[in-house]
Amino acid sequence: MEMDLGTTAAIATAMARAATPLALAAVGELVSEKSGVLNLGVEGMMLVGAVSAFAVTATTGNPVLGMVVAMAAGMLMALLFGFLTLGLLANQVATGLALTIFGVGLSAFVGKGFVGTPLPGLPSLDIPFLSDIPLIGPVFFGQDPLVYVSVAIIAAVSWFLNRTRGGLILRAVGENHDAAHAIGHGVIATRYRAVLFGGAMSGLAGAYLSLVYTPMWIENMSAGRGWIALALVVFATWKPWRLLLGAYLFGGVTIAQLHVQGLGVNIPSQLMSMLPYLATILVLVLISRDATRIRLNAPACIGKVFHPER
Amino acid sequence: MAQDRTNPRLVLRGIVKRFPGVLANDHVDLEVYRGEIHALLGENGAGKSTLVKIIHGVLAADEGEILWEGEPVAPRNPAEARALGVGMVFQHFSLFDSLTVAENVQLAMDGARDLEVIAKRVRDVSAHYGLSIDPERHVHDLAVGERQRVEIVRCLMQNPRLLIMDEPTSVLTPQEAEDLFKVLRRLADEGVSVLYISHKLAEIRVLCHQATVLRAGKVVGTQDPRTCSSKDLARMMIGDDLAALERRAPKVSGAVRLKVDNLSMASDTPHGVDLRHVSLEVAAGEILGIAGVAGNGQNVLLSALSGEHHAARGESVRIEGKPVGHLGPRERRDLGLAVVPEERLGRGTVPELSLADNALLSSYGKGNLVTRGFVDHERSHGLAEHIITLFGVRAVGAKAAARSLSGGNLQKFIIGREILQNPTLLVASQPTWGVDAGAAAAIHRALLDLRDKGAGILVISQDLDELFAISDRIAVICAGRLSEARPAHEATLEQVGLMMGGLFDPPEPGGSVSGGPESRGMEVLS
Repeated sequence: MEMDLGTTAAIATAMARAATPLALAAVGELVSEKSGVLNLGVEGMMLVGAVSAFAVTATTGNPVLGMVVAMAAGMLMALLFGFLTLGLLANQVATGLALTIFGVGLSAFVGKGFVGTPLPGLPSLDIPFLSDIPLIGPVFFGQDPLVYVSVAIIAAVSWFLNRTRGGLILRAVGENHDAAHAIGHGVIATRYRAVLFGGAMSGLAGAYLSLVYTPMWIENMSAGRGWIALALVVFATWKPWRLLLGAYLFGGVTIAQLHVQGLGVNIPSQLMSMLPYLATILVLVLISRDATRIRLNAPACIGKVFHPER
Repeated sequence: MAQDRTNPRLVLRGIVKRFPGVLANDHVDLEVYRGEIHALLGENGAGKSTLVKIIHGVLAADEGEILWEGEPVAPRNPAEARALGVGMVFQHFSLFDSLTVAENVQLAMDGARDLEVIAKRVRDVSAHYGLSIDPERHVHDLAVGERQRVEIVRCLMQNPRLLIMDEPTSVLTPQEAEDLFKVLRRLADEGVSVLYISHKLAEIRVLCHQATVLRAGKVVGTQDPRTCSSKDLARMMIGDDLAALERRAPKVSGAVRLKVDNLSMASDTPHGVDLRHVSLEVAAGEILGIAGVAGNGQNVLLSALSGEHHAARGESVRIEGKPVGHLGPRERRDLGLAVVPEERLGRGTVPELSLADNALLSSYGKGNLVTRGFVDHERSHGLAEHIITLFGVRAVGAKAAARSLSGGNLQKFIIGREILQNPTLLVASQPTWGVDAGAAAAIHRALLDLRDKGAGILVISQDLDELFAISDRIAVICAGRLSEARPAHEATLEQVGLMMGGLFDPPEPGGSVSGGPESRGMEVLS
């Protein structure tokens, strides 16, 4: 089969759109996990973000306000998670699962009145002249703004973690919380900030889904992307740039299966839709074969309750 | 000598700290002067750690006051203590493995500083005190002694006026300890006060100017350790004379209980040391001691012997002549093996389970504790109570959770549990680490009794005094290689210390002991 430049560009654009929400949610979770907190509530925070963004944008007509509110909503969910796990020392895995279930229910409840409401998509931030270059133009300069924002956030997180004192403290807290406490760093405060950042990013990822990716509200519209984001963090062995690569890989698989379906290949569509999830499992199994590498990069205190003595 | 005995730098007056059910510090008074190396001596649970945590701002005292250079202070956290000039080197290092030395130092400095500047200062400080460390290296690449140097340099970077050292020599070879003493003496000469926590009497007598002895939270007395004997100090510390360990000549019958033949095994932890071509034999009726600084392959060796990890060749580990390298812990225990791992909570016991259940875990199948798949709780309870009385374990009873016991008491329980199974082969790692002197003596006696009954015993330990006290033969492990074992009465502390630093020729792999080209072909390591 032949593909012209236009189709290639369209596929690349679609890939970026599929990858962006994954990258956003995953980079938030990465920061949270680097500080030693495993928040399994990403899916729930995304959904709450998605519904708040949609509700605010549909009511006010201002998508930027919608995104800000989505981030705030994600942070509120994360604050609840932080209060339970960091304040009351609840188990992180159980609390995270509960947060997802809560988010699914809450978003369905809030979004009831918005099902079927239409929404204009976000204007794409075309960069004049550059976006007119064939192939390269639309792919690199013709995306919607959040695609660029997500790459910028990953660059910022990478710089923060590896180049700044705040990032060093955050990594130290995730590596050995008792030692960090003994030296005099605020373990709980650092973790609250990391968890809140994770909530904001999940909320923004949700907003991307309901405002840009498919501009409408459907119950449970994140469709497991929160879980894929969690898997991506492990896939990336807690490294921001590798995370971006992973997100685009998964985005690619998602888009590829859509296009293969579109080309009329004779495989049941249900099987094709499974591809991204099967790819997730496959990649996790392959990565986990090298236990040493996981342990070398994984924050040593992940999921552990910190109980300062006093 | 820069000692100045007029104005104390640190004064503690009537410090009281209560924990639920325990009075950890009971009106403790302490004075530390400028340029003084002051020993804080006491058994486990005497309240030493609680006291220094109060000075270091980790804990808050319930009563009493702290005077620093004459001014009353109450540091609320370690950062405040550090601002006063109190530095602490922890027993369990507070370093971050995945970070570099410079990053570790940077974390402990207040305010943002450039890594380059820090790296340069690390080099300067380490050169000044003869503590060679490279600031660019990752901590996980460092040996234990080097890690301690990083901790010390990290403290010294902040120009402390009081340096607290918590059992610093427990992880060092005798030679490394001597180097550390030189650094501490030099610091004292420069006017730094050192608070030195230890229960090793010999080193306190050569190093310290004053010794304050704590027992059950109270100060028993303050002495100049250079003028009193180890025996006097021990009596103050324990409150009783320590019964000398009675040594009987081994009755080696010639039967080989354990034979390890050219065993190589990769470590399963990212920064672990691999085991290389290890060969050893333990005969019936003897104790083989394995000395070595922590982190030289002891953990892999223990898991290779216990059956947690399987060897590439079944024949590389033999119990009673039977190849067991490919067998799991259960099968090996059925052949008469008992194991006391180093990690008491998590390996030796399940922390949340009661002592009765923990007794059951390694003894089931013995003593009719289980009939037709059902647990006989009365019997397991009885067994736990039996261990508690026989080995003097201080616990509420058989229902107490394992994690509620102090380290030393739990260790007595684990050793008791394993010994009561009448093993023909016992492998024990760090049997008395962190155990107080009275309990340690009881454990040593139990090991010798078991030996005299004809069991073969392998003891892995960092404590050379312990190994010289109980072993019949001593070998040294370093960087995953094991030296030839030599009779304990022929070995000297200095020789073994040098060997712990890696100065020995390991037995030829597959040479005199096993030979055979096929055994070399099966090696898992290059």
